[in-house]
Amino acid sequence: MSETLRSIKEMSEASYEYGFSTDLDTDIAPPGLNEDIVRLISSKKNEPEWLLEWRLKAYEAWKTMDEPDWAKLNIAPIDYQALSYWAAPKKKPVLDSMDDVDPEIRDMFDKLGIPLHEQRMMSNVAIDAIVDSVSVTTTFKATLAEAGVIFCSLSEAVQDHPDLVREHLGSVVPVRDNFFAALNSAVFSDGSFCYIPAGVRCPMELSTYFRINSQNTGQFERTLIVAEDDAHVSYLEGCTAPKRDENQLHAAVVELVAKDRSEIKYSTVQNWYPGDENGVGGIYNFVTKRGRAHTDAKISWTQVETGSAITWKYPSVILQGDRSVGEFYSVALSTKYQQADTGTKMIHIGADTTSSIIAKGISDGHGQNTYRGLVKVMRSAKNARNYTQCDSLLLGSDCGAHTIPYIEVKNASAQIEHEASTSTVGEDQLYYCRQRGMTEEDAMSMIVNGFCREVFNELPMEFAVEAERLLSVSLEGSVG
Amino acid sequence: MLRVKDLTASIGETLILKGVDLSVGAGEVHAIMGPNGSGKSTFAHALAGRDGYEIGGTATLDGQDLLAMKPEARAAAGLFMGFQYPVEIPGVNNMYFLRTALNSVRRARGEDEVSARDFLAIADEAMALVEMKKDFLHRAVNAGFSGGEKKRNEIVQMAVMQPRLAVLDETDSGLDIDALRVIASGVNSLRGPDRSLIVITHYQRLLDYIEPDFVHVLVNGKIVKSGDRTLALHLEEHGYVDFVNDDLRAADRPLSGAAT
Repeated sequence: MSETLRSIKEMSEASYEYGFSTDLDTDIAPPGLNEDIVRLISSKKNEPEWLLEWRLKAYEAWKTMDEPDWAKLNIAPIDYQALSYWAAPKKKPVLDSMDDVDPEIRDMFDKLGIPLHEQRMMSNVAIDAIVDSVSVTTTFKATLAEAGVIFCSLSEAVQDHPDLVREHLGSVVPVRDNFFAALNSAVFSDGSFCYIPAGVRCPMELSTYFRINSQNTGQFERTLIVAEDDAHVSYLEGCTAPKRDENQLHAAVVELVAKDRSEIKYSTVQNWYPGDENGVGGIYNFVTKRGRAHTDAKISWTQVETGSAITWKYPSVILQGDRSVGEFYSVALSTKYQQADTGTKMIHIGADTTSSIIAKGISDGHGQNTYRGLVKVMRSAKNARNYTQCDSLLLGSDCGAHTIPYIEVKNASAQIEHEASTSTVGEDQLYYCRQRGMTEEDAMSMIVNGFCREVFNELPMEFAVEAERLLSVSLEGSVG
Repeated sequence: MLRVKDLTASIGETLILKGVDLSVGAGEVHAIMGPNGSGKSTFAHALAGRDGYEIGGTATLDGQDLLAMKPEARAAAGLFMGFQYPVEIPGVNNMYFLRTALNSVRRARGEDEVSARDFLAIADEAMALVEMKKDFLHRAVNAGFSGGEKKRNEIVQMAVMQPRLAVLDETDSGLDIDALRVIASGVNSLRGPDRSLIVITHYQRLLDYIEPDFVHVLVNGKIVKSGDRTLALHLEEHGYVDFVNDDLRAADRPLSGAAT
């Protein structure tokens, strides 16, 4: 604790410490989106014909689609033709050797607290580092290969494991799924690919670290994780971006395939630049995340969303196989002028399927926080069970918290529970902590972290500490 | 150690404390008794620095001006308050809370922080004082605690904080006799030549277990009578009737039942 408190103090100077930008020599496409740009991206990446066609199909679909307008979000119009859809550091790293990583990129990740040198790395976490659109390095490849685990950038997987990619890409989130998923499918640049063979328990945590660096570029990563029968994997992603006055677009897609009796645990600590005190700048974060759980499989999403000006995100589970399990644990923080509309969809198809949802929303400043969740029980899902708990914490008087649960049940044997609460941090709680010697800010941070405890407990150790720290920093200046 | 002069406290137009004078020397135990609504809890909160009161007069602890300090600075100066209604903090376990509290005051005093291992020894000792079960450290602060457990937790916290001055606000309220004994014995073992106590209570029952050196009767925002233990015994027998009706002259009048 003392260490945590001290580091909060140190960071009180700059409330968004990842706001620096790095001068990387970057290869960038002219602004605008058309068929030629899609072809350019595909050819830059030396992709097979089938993938180009897949992209073009997505692009054609996207042209006919409209942005979703049902979320409780107030978004300035986005000019999709003003963005650039391809940016990559010019120096092409040799992916097999850590020593060949551009020193400037290495420095950037060091500054972010994510050393890419394996000997200095967090033990037992393999990292894929993605700058702007391109994976720059993946660590611990050899160790993983021994276990038969494939962990590489999606671009590499397209080259080295085309059949696996072709089989699963778009199998959970089809190209026409929604406006942003279609856009991503057309122009996705890179992302991570994980494949865990049958019966293998991945020997370490897998992690992708996303960094937006370039100006006026959209970032469109795509992550695909496949766990074969009886496989286990825990995967983490972290994200940051420089402080810039313009809004930047981030539209990612994540697909999880959990085969029979397998388990995928997916954790996110999202800290994209949220914009300043007046709501200027910040990342627009439109993300489609979905997993398909086969028989007796389990998919667990944990997310800590502290960044972004706009968050539109509903990590979901299709509970297809009998007895499959879906979990969603979420902390979403909206301060300043941040808006978050986030939640989950649990689609029960198989019999005896179970889902649980624990969502914690924290609002401060002028932040607006909406939980939006769907629990859908299909006719085939006999004895489906769901438990949902939504708690909102209001810290200021100009912020808002909203809970919008949708429940659709087509099989009468289902058991659905929903609990919701809204509270404020009490003067009594603050006074009690201060009487015990804590400063008001430390007390606030402790109380809010306590509110999020159930979710933080789901995060792997290192990331739980990171999440607590992030939350404390994001709340700087929210008392008094 | 503690010097309080002409302390007043009001909320809006309502004057609650109307000029309290009190001096507490090192190692002394003072009891403050009084009927409901007499200002006992307000006195404790005024010393601890709760927001929302308009405060007048002076209060110093070891020469430091308490009233000029934030609540956390008063804690660092050695003031501890045992709450009548301890607050629940869901999701924060007692170990984390206690260690943060202890290290916060140590940092404020320029002392080294206590390591995890040393802290556990301190916590074990504190818990033993009031027979707190081992799982206590891993439970959330006061969340789902029984009334008795909450009050025992206050004493555990006091034992960890090792204050110069502890103000215990109705620590006995809502306790059965067994729990009262346990808590009183915990408090007694924390008495010492360098530590002073102010015990605020409605009933003299607590004072059978925690014997005070001085007893003060607080009525209608003023201390109307001070004496030794026998004053508490008198109140036990006769209630506050001597003081509530005509409190200003009460100090000069013989008490009911006293030999004339």
